[in-house]
Amino acid sequence: MIASRAERLSGWGRHPVQECRVYRPEKVSELGEVMASPPEGGVVSRGLGRAYGDAALNPGGTVVSHLRLNRMLAFDEAAGVLECEGGVSLGEIVDAFLPRGWFLPVVPGTRHVTIGGAIAADVHGKNHHRDGTFGRFVDAIRLVTPGRGMLTCSREQEADAFRATLGGMGLTGAIVSARLRLTRVESAWMTVDQLPTRDLDDALARFADADAGHRYSVAWIDALAKGRALGRGVLMQGDHAPASAAPAKATRRTVRGVPFDLPGATLNRFTVGAFNRLYRATHGARTGAMEPLERFFWPLDAVADWNRAYGRRGFVQYQLVVPIDRADALASVLRRAAESGRASFLAVLKRFGPAGEGILSFPMAGWTLSLDFPVASGLTEMLREMDRTVADAGGRVYLAKDAMLDAVTFARMYPAAEAFRAVRRTLDPAGVLTSSLARRVGLA
Amino acid sequence: MPDARPGTVLVAGATSAIARAVAAELARRGHALVLAARDLAEAEALAADLRLRHGVAARAARFDALDFASHAAFAAELIAEGDGLEGVVVAFGWMGDAERARHEPDEARRTLDVNFTAVVSLLTPLADHLEGRGAGFICVVSSVAGDRGRQSNYVYGAAKGGLTVYLQGLRNRLFPAGVRVVTVKPGFVDTRMTFGLPGTFLVAPPERVAAGIVKAIDRGADEVYLPGFWRPVMMAIRAVPERIFKRMKL
Repeated sequence: MIASRAERLSGWGRHPVQECRVYRPEKVSELGEVMASPPEGGVVSRGLGRAYGDAALNPGGTVVSHLRLNRMLAFDEAAGVLECEGGVSLGEIVDAFLPRGWFLPVVPGTRHVTIGGAIAADVHGKNHHRDGTFGRFVDAIRLVTPGRGMLTCSREQEADAFRATLGGMGLTGAIVSARLRLTRVESAWMTVDQLPTRDLDDALARFADADAGHRYSVAWIDALAKGRALGRGVLMQGDHAPASAAPAKATRRTVRGVPFDLPGATLNRFTVGAFNRLYRATHGARTGAMEPLERFFWPLDAVADWNRAYGRRGFVQYQLVVPIDRADALASVLRRAAESGRASFLAVLKRFGPAGEGILSFPMAGWTLSLDFPVASGLTEMLREMDRTVADAGGRVYLAKDAMLDAVTFARMYPAAEAFRAVRRTLDPAGVLTSSLARRVGLA
Repeated sequence: MPDARPGTVLVAGATSAIARAVAAELARRGHALVLAARDLAEAEALAADLRLRHGVAARAARFDALDFASHAAFAAELIAEGDGLEGVVVAFGWMGDAERARHEPDEARRTLDVNFTAVVSLLTPLADHLEGRGAGFICVVSSVAGDRGRQSNYVYGAAKGGLTVYLQGLRNRLFPAGVRVVTVKPGFVDTRMTFGLPGTFLVAPPERVAAGIVKAIDRGADEVYLPGFWRPVMMAIRAVPERIFKRMKL
């Protein structure tokens, strides 16, 4: 058995921080050994630690890092199908394949996510209304399960295990490798339109047009705006630029970092308010602008360790979805956030397309909103209130970001959890796979 | 003196984290690679990864350091293939259990065999080939542990120290032929050898050490410490008189 060490770990929100025993296999056989003789306290897999809350934490138990199991294994040029290990990051795939004209069909807001993590959270992107989640482009998954050993699942074979693994938060097995379909692009550039929106109704109305005509759409919302201005922001819509329109010169990005924890008060309602006014002022109506693909999809990756800007206590990112006819619940959450004065630096709104195959996947047809809140007293109570509003509206919150949801509300938000547990019992009868998140919401 | 077209490099012990990072660095420069390891499935995954990321020819080969009888044939096959071998990187090694190596002859011998005898056995035919070719390099991962015998891991240290001396002689012999022999002495590197090991500090990422290794090969360095601060550290440790050193707990 390989060596382990104790580490104090957290998710990207840096809250909570928990001490876990970490294994880092460098060979597939070593991963198999850890899974076959799991130490006390159970096991959860971890990639680049971009889940915000406690999805990849397991205090008193084991966390298996997949970062050294990151080999690309095969590429079928004709079909555009890449087979790679779970520890490969989206960024590594972009670096290797974008110069050859291939891109990932779905990308979240950072490129520093592993394939295993992208599958386990069944991540979505700005094209969800058109293309669905990441999982839609996954053809097969190989995973090590405690109950059945090495297992390959797909839509044709072990379909239940496949549907449970998409969005399964790592609770069906350790993802060894996967086959994914890449998509052809003509350039590394995007054509982007931005449209200022007056208020929430204006933003929601404009999504219909944006989504009909564009592959990508998302709106930035000024979460501090109240009253009549509630929900004002900027809608961005984008498409891959054709080769003929792309500038010849490639751009090279410099990444600046946050070198230390900023004081907790750095992002307060005044600084964020000033930023928001500046953002609106500099993002006037504009159409057909050319933007490098990396800046369009991952603007925050240009600031390494931006999560430190919230200070030592960390922050919580709260992402919800409510059915399309429940914009009232959306407004209610937004109003509650604005009135609380808790500065949300990032507030993002998008319209989701239909739900996908993953039993526990987050996206469903409706409105999704994500907000950031620095950890402070009273936050838990406010989020519980929001959880109730969302659950009452028939919506749910995103487990990959969550750090607060309780088991009772989870059960209301995810009625398919029972079906998930049934599949899990076949793959992990002894309940070896577990995490802080899983225990908190009652999945393990 | 870079060749017009980068030639083939053998990486022996290819599944180590340092070897993987060195192979990636060489692939980035366009070298074709043969990744030799005991675990063929792992070596094949690594070879596929290099082909896909860097578009170079890379293949896996089975190699068992302790199967001495197989070394000559393994080397002969490599030499016969294509336009021959331009360079060799030896990255296999085994720290073993220092406490057992103190008391159990089998453990002590295994430590010497993997870290010393096997390297000499593999390099003997390959050195002759490169000497005949009149160009190329041999780069071997030794260790700072070989700079001075310490009670904590002197069997491993003796093997690495012997290896360092062997490479000095080999360098001296191959110099007229234009073959560079590079001895690498890494300090603590973030690999499975040091993961969870108590008492490590200033642990370097393998990618940084690999960049240093390839740079050392390029400029034909003789002995490099990686990261570089280990040179003065080891110089100080070597300078302590044995009369005093024997009383110390290192």
